[in-house]
Amino acid sequence: MSDVLAVVDHRRGQLRDISFELISAGADLAADLGGSLHVAVISGDVEKFATELDREGVDTVYTVAHGEEFNHDVYVQAIEALFDELAPTAILMPNSVNGLDYAPAVANRLSLPLVTDAIGISYNETLSVAREMYGSKVETTVDVATEPFAVTIRGAEWPQAKGNGSAPVEPFEVSIDESAVRSTVTGFEEVGGGDVDITDADILVSVGRGIEDEENIELIEELAAALGATLSSSRPIVDNGWLPKNRQVGQSGKVVTPDIYLAVGISGAVQHVAGMKGSDTIIAINTDPNAPIFDIADYGIVGDLFDVVPVLIDEFSS
Amino acid sequence: MMKVLVTVKEVAEVEEDFVLDGTRIDDRFLEYDLNEWDDYAIETAVQLAEAGDDVEVVSATIGPERCEETIRMALAKGVDRGIRVWDDTLASVDLLDVNAKTEIFNAIIAEEEPDLILTGVQAHDDSFGATGVSVADAAGYEWAAVVNALDLDADAGVAHVRRELEGGVEELTDVELPAVLTIQTGINEPRYASLRGIRMAQRKEIAQQTLDDLGLDEGAVESQITLTDMYEPESESDVELFEGDADAAAASLASVLREKGVGAQ
Ligand SMILES: Cc1cc2nc3c(=O)[nH]c(=O)nc-3n(C[C@H](O)[C@H](O)[C@H](O)COP(=O)(O)OP(=O)(O)OC[C@H]3O[C@@H](n4cnc5c(N)ncnc54)[C@H](O)[C@@H]3O)c2cc1C
Repeated sequence: MSDVLAVVDHRRGQLRDISFELISAGADLAADLGGSLHVAVISGDVEKFATELDREGVDTVYTVAHGEEFNHDVYVQAIEALFDELAPTAILMPNSVNGLDYAPAVANRLSLPLVTDAIGISYNETLSVAREMYGSKVETTVDVATEPFAVTIRGAEWPQAKGNGSAPVEPFEVSIDESAVRSTVTGFEEVGGGDVDITDADILVSVGRGIEDEENIELIEELAAALGATLSSSRPIVDNGWLPKNRQVGQSGKVVTPDIYLAVGISGAVQHVAGMKGSDTIIAINTDPNAPIFDIADYGIVGDLFDVVPVLIDEFSS
Repeated sequence: MMKVLVTVKEVAEVEEDFVLDGTRIDDRFLEYDLNEWDDYAIETAVQLAEAGDDVEVVSATIGPERCEETIRMALAKGVDRGIRVWDDTLASVDLLDVNAKTEIFNAIIAEEEPDLILTGVQAHDDSFGATGVSVADAAGYEWAAVVNALDLDADAGVAHVRRELEGGVEELTDVELPAVLTIQTGINEPRYASLRGIRMAQRKEIAQQTLDDLGLDEGAVESQITLTDMYEPESESDVELFEGDADAAAASLASVLREKGVGAQ
């Protein structure tokens, strides 16, 4: 067999974007392998999802109707059953928070080698996966010697599959062993509300770990005030309790698209970039010329924020 | 009596200027530190120990002798004892993949039988983000990934957790014990080791184990995954860098900002 099984992601009634990226990645890999692309959607309104998933490149959509929301024990059992039935060469899963919660268990259960957070996949007799290391400072290629294998893909690295397919929808029966379902989702909560909405701002001055100390945040507040900007931050600043959660930009914070995003002492980790790459103009101040933030910045200063920021404040205060 | 096992990793951070040497970065350009996520996992465990009557916290790591310093820091923060797995076979493995780590930790779990296992969400260096959940499945434990709040009800045998999803949404989940939780940064405020803690840590045990001690053979850590290339990412950036000293660079940036209407009022 040389098929690909791609497992899509949804939450609270909606397919997540990465689902359609998984279809693109899966279709490319299936073409390289000379096999078919099977897409699996587990739990939720699977019939509605199946219609939306029928995009170009999809050969079959398998639906597993069981419960509303994601549960990793259900996912692992369902994928195990699909794997037994379809005997695919590759299982593709999302490197989303839910992907982190089930993909490693799937790989372990099925004794598959696992490569996570892929940013590129190619197959030429063996599988080669491109992925980053050391906080995006280097890229690596890893080769996987055996088949079948499991890979999780990073969000927003592949285009979203478009068009309409004509894939048959196959309801797939799995008898879930409920005694092996030992975790229960009891609810969801939105966090990060409050008085400030950084997604509304035209100009954001965003502070990162380069600021070093809580007392130095004041300097960036001054800069924001001088520029008529709103203050936001990367995650460690919020983790440290130096700014409230509603200021956090990124995957687990807010997605912002201001006219100007000024990143001060922020390295540009993938989870941060996920929240601000849509900004019109990105400006970075960072001591490290190799910081990944410069890859997406339009303007930058390689320099010490403690030297640069006071001058900038002066420029706009006089 | 409750036992908490915390897996910890010493991770390498690349310095600002570095040179690649094949699929490695020379030690000269690496700085080693405790993995950020593990620091939060340690704090979670130590807080459980402080809140409970009879809680033992054990840390386990895979790594060379160099890591002892990092493990000692965990001990200084209140971990009771440590386990460090290393031998010549492990030293010769280029990329220790998820399956290999799972085999090793699973052997430790079989020996220690902890009630709760805490890992970091990911290690900052190779960022596989998979060890905790893989270990849970192998050991037959329940699990939850990316946990940013924990309310443990040991008597009822359940952990009430919050999983931090994307976009500021948190999932509230009840997880049956024994369980593995992968801990997200921000769940607490990791403490600094006190001088007293550092002194006490000198007397705490770090048991050294080889694969053989754990009843594993070389095959257990033979990876199907090999690192075949390492390179600096091709920058697609057309960033315009403002040169000169801080005054000059800031002045250039200021004029670009003004052009864009900043400060015009
Ligand atoms: C599941 C998950 C979700 C996540 N969600 C988010 C999220 O929503 N948002 C987010 O931001 N992160 C998120 N992260 C964390 C992310 O991986 C990074 O750890 C984080 O973004 C790093 O923040 P930083 O850039 O401020 O810090 P660092 O990466 O430590 O960077 C600090 C930067 O400051 C520079 N610097 C140091 N001193 C100076 C100076 N004097 N002058 C100028 N520059 C200086 C350094 O060169 C460095 O580039 C998430 C991670 C995970 C695993």
